[in-house]
Amino acid sequence: MLFKYLSAKNEDIPPGSAAIFFGFSAIFWFVVGTGLGSFNAAKLAFPDFVTGTELFAFGHMRQVHVLAVIVGWISMAFAMTMMYMTPALGNTRMWSEKLGLWTALLWNVGLSSALLSLWIGITSGREYSDFAWPFDLVILLGVIAPLCVNVIMTIAHRRTQGIYITNWFFGACTFMVGIVLLVGNSPEYFHLTGLSEAYLTWWNAHNLLGLWITPVAAAIAYYTIPKLTGNPLYSHRIGHMHFWSIVVFYSTPASHHLMSSPLPEWLKSFASVEGVLILIPAVAFVANILLTMKGKWSMFVENIEIKFSVTGVFLAIPLNMQGGFQQTRSINWFIHGTGWIVAHAHLALLGMSTFLEIAAVYFGLQQMLKRKLYSLALANFHYWFVLIGFCTYWISMTIAGLIQGAGKIYEVPYIDVVIAEHPYMIARWVGGTMVFTGNLVWLYNMWMTARVGTLVPDGRYAHELAYER
Amino acid sequence: MAFKEYRLGAAMVGGALGLSMTITIFMPSFDLRSAVSTKMALEKQLSAGFDIGFGYADPLLLGINRPITVDLETDPKTGAKLDPPVRAYVYKAGVPMPPNIRHPHDLGKGVQDLSESQGQISTVSGSNHSKGSQEGVVFTLALGEFNGEELTYIENASVTKGWTPDATLAAAGDKNTHLISKGKTEFVVQGCWWCHTLLPEQTQDWQAFGAPPYLGDFNGENPTAFGSDRKAPDILHVASRNSSREWMMMHFFNPRLVQVNSIMPRFDYLWGDKDAQGNTIDFDKWRAEYKEYSEGKRTYPPEVPDYAPDSEIRALIDWVLSLK
Ligand code: HEC
Ligand code: HEM
Repeated sequence: MLFKYLSAKNEDIPPGSAAIFFGFSAIFWFVVGTGLGSFNAAKLAFPDFVTGTELFAFGHMRQVHVLAVIVGWISMAFAMTMMYMTPALGNTRMWSEKLGLWTALLWNVGLSSALLSLWIGITSGREYSDFAWPFDLVILLGVIAPLCVNVIMTIAHRRTQGIYITNWFFGACTFMVGIVLLVGNSPEYFHLTGLSEAYLTWWNAHNLLGLWITPVAAAIAYYTIPKLTGNPLYSHRIGHMHFWSIVVFYSTPASHHLMSSPLPEWLKSFASVEGVLILIPAVAFVANILLTMKGKWSMFVENIEIKFSVTGVFLAIPLNMQGGFQQTRSINWFIHGTGWIVAHAHLALLGMSTFLEIAAVYFGLQQMLKRKLYSLALANFHYWFVLIGFCTYWISMTIAGLIQGAGKIYEVPYIDVVIAEHPYMIARWVGGTMVFTGNLVWLYNMWMTARVGTLVPDGRYAHELAYER
Repeated sequence: MAFKEYRLGAAMVGGALGLSMTITIFMPSFDLRSAVSTKMALEKQLSAGFDIGFGYADPLLLGINRPITVDLETDPKTGAKLDPPVRAYVYKAGVPMPPNIRHPHDLGKGVQDLSESQGQISTVSGSNHSKGSQEGVVFTLALGEFNGEELTYIENASVTKGWTPDATLAAAGDKNTHLISKGKTEFVVQGCWWCHTLLPEQTQDWQAFGAPPYLGDFNGENPTAFGSDRKAPDILHVASRNSSREWMMMHFFNPRLVQVNSIMPRFDYLWGDKDAQGNTIDFDKWRAEYKEYSEGKRTYPPEVPDYAPDSEIRALIDWVLSLK
């Protein structure tokens, strides 16, 4: 349906088309990615589940899961929100709706082929930048660059005076993530070796999380919470403090991923200290959002988007407490390389970031489709399945990680650790499968919304109407 | 011109990011560039060769166009006995050179000087980064002295001793040939590093898994594939704990043959279709028999088939056993 606009004149494309394309693609990748995750979890719990074929081996599937959720779900959901929030905040339309549609198309095609090739084993062997370098280039030049141009040009052509904090984040982060991908993949382009390669691999991974996933997720909340509650943001200044401290502090502690490697000691100490300073943007963000909720807490129960958003913000609290301290040497030596880190990664991506995005995708799709959500009951089902599933995952992997850490420092024979972890591996699989089930329901709900959702009259917001189902 | 907050803002974002990159990328590069290759780094570099990840010479990561490591008991040129045996790294014509032949600076002070002056590595004929040399080269490691310090350096044995790739491979024979580079490719492709790390930590950990690596232990390695997530023992020094080919064979075919509680996947598919005798391997029969065994209906598990010399599992085991 949207494909007919690919060759249409820019002015003839209805605003929101690109957002809708990105939105449904993101949900699709979310279903695929979490399905893969649940499959992997099953393999770690029951090693003889689907065995004896190369393609379905754990080592071929894990990185496909990770990149499908990061580049497919998370990043496409970001693009989706940028496609509707940036123009809304600038009181204008997208600089080029057509470029947005093409970006979405290329993104889907590029990502599918990159994941397929990764699946059959064509890899760079570098975590979080596993794609072979031609695909890295496609992502950089074909996806991130046009997105960045589109966002920044929309901001430049805005019809408002100032730039709202969300747009500061959008503009800066799309630019910075391009730099990160360029520099972070340099070991592949220029064949760097040894510790330089290892360090740049983690520099890339760290900054993808720090300059892309967490800040953009936060930027989204700066839009959705005030918009839905009708309260103005508690403090734009604190928002700016958040923004600046992200750029300054979050971009520096990359080496905390390699605390036990022979990197220079000064660099590791520096990373340790800078890592604690991440608490500044973190506290600024959480406080700002929760104070914005003042007087509207009933919406946390009644409104599905607020429910998701605020849960995401709550999850940011343990996330940042872990993040701030787990790279100090005294804690890192215990938890490094254990399931604790896997739990933390999912707290960041599946917890905080995903919850904020789900809310924004719910809100944005209803807004752009001009249709009210099909079913609140299904949305609540989605919420509880994702939340309970995630918590099961997080808690079980945290416990498994603590067991592993203890096993590591007390030098328990490794196989005893494997045995002790087994129940938690099963719990993680159950939790992850719940998330996957919830997402399937979400896809159905959104599809039905697009087809039969109640039409929202012009000038109205979807959340102002009552549900009919 | 009127004050525009976003102009100042954009400049400040640039400045902040630039400062951060200066501290986290530019400054450490001095420390990293001053690292001197240790013997371990040189062994890893020569046996693994050029980038293991995606590249022109081996785009599908099948382990083709890769160096071959051999242990020589006789001199390939003169036929004289070599005691102790000498380890040589054979780069056939067209195999990409190891990274530091092109960038000797990264070998580090001393090692670079010795490799160039004594080891003659700059004379690799017609060498090209990704295409390799025209006639092929054989490298060995040698001990030398630089400023009173004893260092291991790279020697171009094709020039210093006249060893050609073909003669070297023939002199070694299949028994003393180790497909380490192809094996490391398998390690990367099969995703062993999602469970196993290659980085014993600088905590008590090293008592079980061996010494943590030093600054110069990685020069010339790409990818380093340390692994971030340790669901299994660290294997940087695994062959010092366990160097049994038999055990490895059973463990890879089905880890639960030797360790009932293991969560390691079966890698039986790395055997390919044929066993060492050229007979087709009947996986279904094997699995059925194994099932009977695990249900207690058989006393012994079925035999693990011998792998063919050109199978992927052979290369993988060669690599694992090189991790001393
Ligand atoms: C799902 C995780 C997983 C994957 C993937 C995996 N392993 Fe393992 N591996 C384990 C576990 C757990 C153990 C310890 C129990 C045992 O001995 O089986 C182990 C043990 C080993 C050992 C013996 C270690 C020792 O200390 O004696 C070796 C060698 C090994 N694996 C090599 C490999 C190689 C090579 C690959 C890739 C082809 C691989 N593993 C893939 C989980 C994994
Ligand atoms: C159905 C839900 C999910 C399941 C069952 C699941 C499962 C898994 C599993 C089994 C791993 C490998 C962990 C390990 O090696 O021990 C993994 C890794 C990872 N997953 Fe998920 N996942 C799910 C959802 C997600 C989502 C939604 C995201 C992000 C949006 C995500 C991001 C990641 C990341 C980043 C890693 C790498 C972690 C690391 O390097 O330690 N996962 N996941």
